[in-house]
Amino acid sequence: MSVTENRVRPGVFIDSVALMRISRDIAALPGIEDAALMMGTPANLEILADAGLLAEAGAAALGGDLILAVRARDRAAAEAALAAAAECLAAPGGSSVGDAGAGWQPRTLRGAVDTLPGANLALISVPGDFAAAEAWKALRLGLHVMIFSDNVAIEDERALKQAGRERGRLVMGPDCGTAIIAGTPLAFANEVPRGDVGIIGASGTGIQEVSCLVARAGGGVSHAIGVGGRDFSSEIGGIATHMAIDALDNDPATREIVLISKPPAAELLPALVARIAASEKRFTLCLLDAAPIALPENARQVATLAEAAGRPPAFDAAAQAPKPGPGRRGARGLFCGGTLAGEAGILFRRAGRDDAMIDLGADERTRGRPHPMIDPAPRDELLAGALADGDLAVVLLDLILGHGAHGDPAGGIAAALAAASADRPHVVASVTGTDRDPQSHAATTARLAAAGVLLAPSNAQAAELALACLAAGDD
Amino acid sequence: MNDVVEAVEGANAEALARMLAGDPVLVDVVGAGEAIPALGEKVIGHAGPPVAWREMCGPMRGAVAGIAVFEGWARDLADAEQRAAAGDFTFRPNHDFDAVGPMTGMTTRSQPLLVVENRAFGNRAYCTINEGLGKVMRFGGNDGEVLARLAWLRTRLGPALGAALRDQGGIPLKGLVARGLTMGDEMHQRNVGCTGLLLRALAPALARTCPDREALAEILAFIAGNDQFFLNVAMVMGKAIMDPVRNIDGASVVTAMCRNGTDFAIRVSGTGDDWFTAPVEMPEGLYFPGFTAADANPDMGDSTIVETVGLGGFAMAAAPAVAGFVGAGSASEAALTTRAMSEITVGHNPEWTIPALDYLGVPSGIDIRRVLETGLAPTINTGIAHREPGIGQVGAGVVRAPMACFADAARALGHRLGVS
Repeated sequence: MSVTENRVRPGVFIDSVALMRISRDIAALPGIEDAALMMGTPANLEILADAGLLAEAGAAALGGDLILAVRARDRAAAEAALAAAAECLAAPGGSSVGDAGAGWQPRTLRGAVDTLPGANLALISVPGDFAAAEAWKALRLGLHVMIFSDNVAIEDERALKQAGRERGRLVMGPDCGTAIIAGTPLAFANEVPRGDVGIIGASGTGIQEVSCLVARAGGGVSHAIGVGGRDFSSEIGGIATHMAIDALDNDPATREIVLISKPPAAELLPALVARIAASEKRFTLCLLDAAPIALPENARQVATLAEAAGRPPAFDAAAQAPKPGPGRRGARGLFCGGTLAGEAGILFRRAGRDDAMIDLGADERTRGRPHPMIDPAPRDELLAGALADGDLAVVLLDLILGHGAHGDPAGGIAAALAAASADRPHVVASVTGTDRDPQSHAATTARLAAAGVLLAPSNAQAAELALACLAAGDD
Repeated sequence: MNDVVEAVEGANAEALARMLAGDPVLVDVVGAGEAIPALGEKVIGHAGPPVAWREMCGPMRGAVAGIAVFEGWARDLADAEQRAAAGDFTFRPNHDFDAVGPMTGMTTRSQPLLVVENRAFGNRAYCTINEGLGKVMRFGGNDGEVLARLAWLRTRLGPALGAALRDQGGIPLKGLVARGLTMGDEMHQRNVGCTGLLLRALAPALARTCPDREALAEILAFIAGNDQFFLNVAMVMGKAIMDPVRNIDGASVVTAMCRNGTDFAIRVSGTGDDWFTAPVEMPEGLYFPGFTAADANPDMGDSTIVETVGLGGFAMAAAPAVAGFVGAGSASEAALTTRAMSEITVGHNPEWTIPALDYLGVPSGIDIRRVLETGLAPTINTGIAHREPGIGQVGAGVVRAPMACFADAARALGHRLGVS
């Protein structure tokens, strides 16, 4: 025996076309035989009666009253449908992005969420003084947050990450330069295929290097999650890293998790190790310059980003290394990527050398000017100077491709080499990128090779090649 | 700090809930002196925040002179001006009396006032009856024709409307306005649909209660001949909806916007009855033949209560015909205005929807914090008066609320919340 239920909203007028659209959706709900939302005019009451939709409440409605009418298999289905109808009425124009609204550029996060109701992540790139306030707004809107901005106070970072944890929302950053979420590159990131490697990184260029090496080896990335350089400090306690591990651990598409970080604060290690042990997935920890850590069986610790990406590409540095010119003994690194400079520095120190590995993207060098990944001109100038330096045996470079990066980072390097004399230091470089990046890894490496640059497949191997050059000079 | 934000958000949610719960019904037309006892001898209610005679703009002075003659407080216009200058009259904002008035907003004791009752909260609000277009008192007109029309409103139209409304138990306005939005009205510059709907609703009761067929014909012709007749109804409805939203602790929602031709002012729920004022801006618009921007008076009137409830400029997308007043004037540009206003409001009104925006509700509950955050001042659709007294309307257009009001109000609210 079916049930007919009516609700009446006195004095509520809704356009009939809008009501018919809602009626159609409600009629399609489970257990509903028929449904109609109509104004209570005499003609409409007749229609409702003929359709077997009119109950006592509706029959008493006036022309200016809205009637919600359903005929359902049982009372529960009827109530559910009426509740659904009420929900539709409370938020008409659910997909508020009509054609007429096209061209609207939202001014606020809230406006953006209204325009794109399914959005669940906000990328915040505003001057640091305002970043925390925007991040709070994003959290209140129920969004995950990626804070690209730097110069955010650590107290704000802690409060934001704690609040995010309470709400189940990831706060990536501040100073989170790179993320790839479900195949979508955010900020400085590369076009890598989707795959089963999940990456968590405190460093943007570290994530870029590992994700590109994974891609060039034929693999793919499920998600790459940036957490910001301070996440594993005592003050923050690794909140975002742990949330990212949880997320990737629960993600069926992720088989292996790579964690890139500076060495965590000592008191945070036990919890990290315990969390890894609780997972059934394989972990690779690339904690730059960290002493060996006792890890559970499902985890391994590696020294370089190239190893973190899996088996490093085959490359025989010693066989490729040319001798430096007579009297040339020094080396200099000119890097755009901070983590890449750090990685090279570690490898140099392990080889007993203390040559300068300069991070041109360091805060003190980028104040008031774009990062060298965006504008490589400052590095090109320094490269010209290094090429004229009679003491240098080798100059070590990185090139970073992908979204956000300069459109042709090889151009300035080729020009500097063309202008240099034949008696110059060797130039060794690696290119972080993929062939699907706008700048193309293949095209960039070909251009550099033609200009006389010695190329290695990864940043670590470029450092090894530079060291091999220096060693060849010692023979 | 976050506690304060949560408190403000909660207060604003309450403010929006009260707005949406409002149930405005046009119930009566009564004499101003009866409805508002404080409107006594030589007391003149005017639009906007408080203003003294010496600060009044041309059309406001013209209207004051005209209404003083109309009420019998002066022999002629010159005498009225002298008396005004001598301090013979008491000037009070309409908002002091639960009332609003369009443009100059003259409200005095013998005029008939529309009465809207908000049945959800029990409060009443008042507004004069719309006089028509062209040379009218609300635009500063004050000659014999203007005063004769006011007399007709007082003796004929007002009592007849009151009788008809009482006879039929009032006309609920929320649904009527919802319908008007689907007919291309935004209820500030365009009231064609709603005026027709109101006349349709009133006609049977008017026919029943008006004993004189000639008078009835005159009344029906007057309403039918004035596309803006509903404007004053929309205004008093707005006032009746917004008054229960006043005085919610912590709420940053605007409860009134108004201008007196000299200053623009807003009231905010969490800061009580304080007015936050700034010099009013010049509208940009289109002019009647023979007039230009050089003739225009700065923005004026209590009619911005319409925008305060989410209509007028906020509902621009509903009224493509009004879009001509906005920049290039395309329908899509009108839609963008409504979307922009969505950025500065607490929410949307699910009962007042705009078909052209896929039934998006009109943006409702202006939040001063969002105005300041976005730099988007409320967009107001308005008529334009001649700057000289006695001439009347010369055009219509769009004007922005001055940002300084919102900054001052935010400082005051912050002070009350202990975050200044």
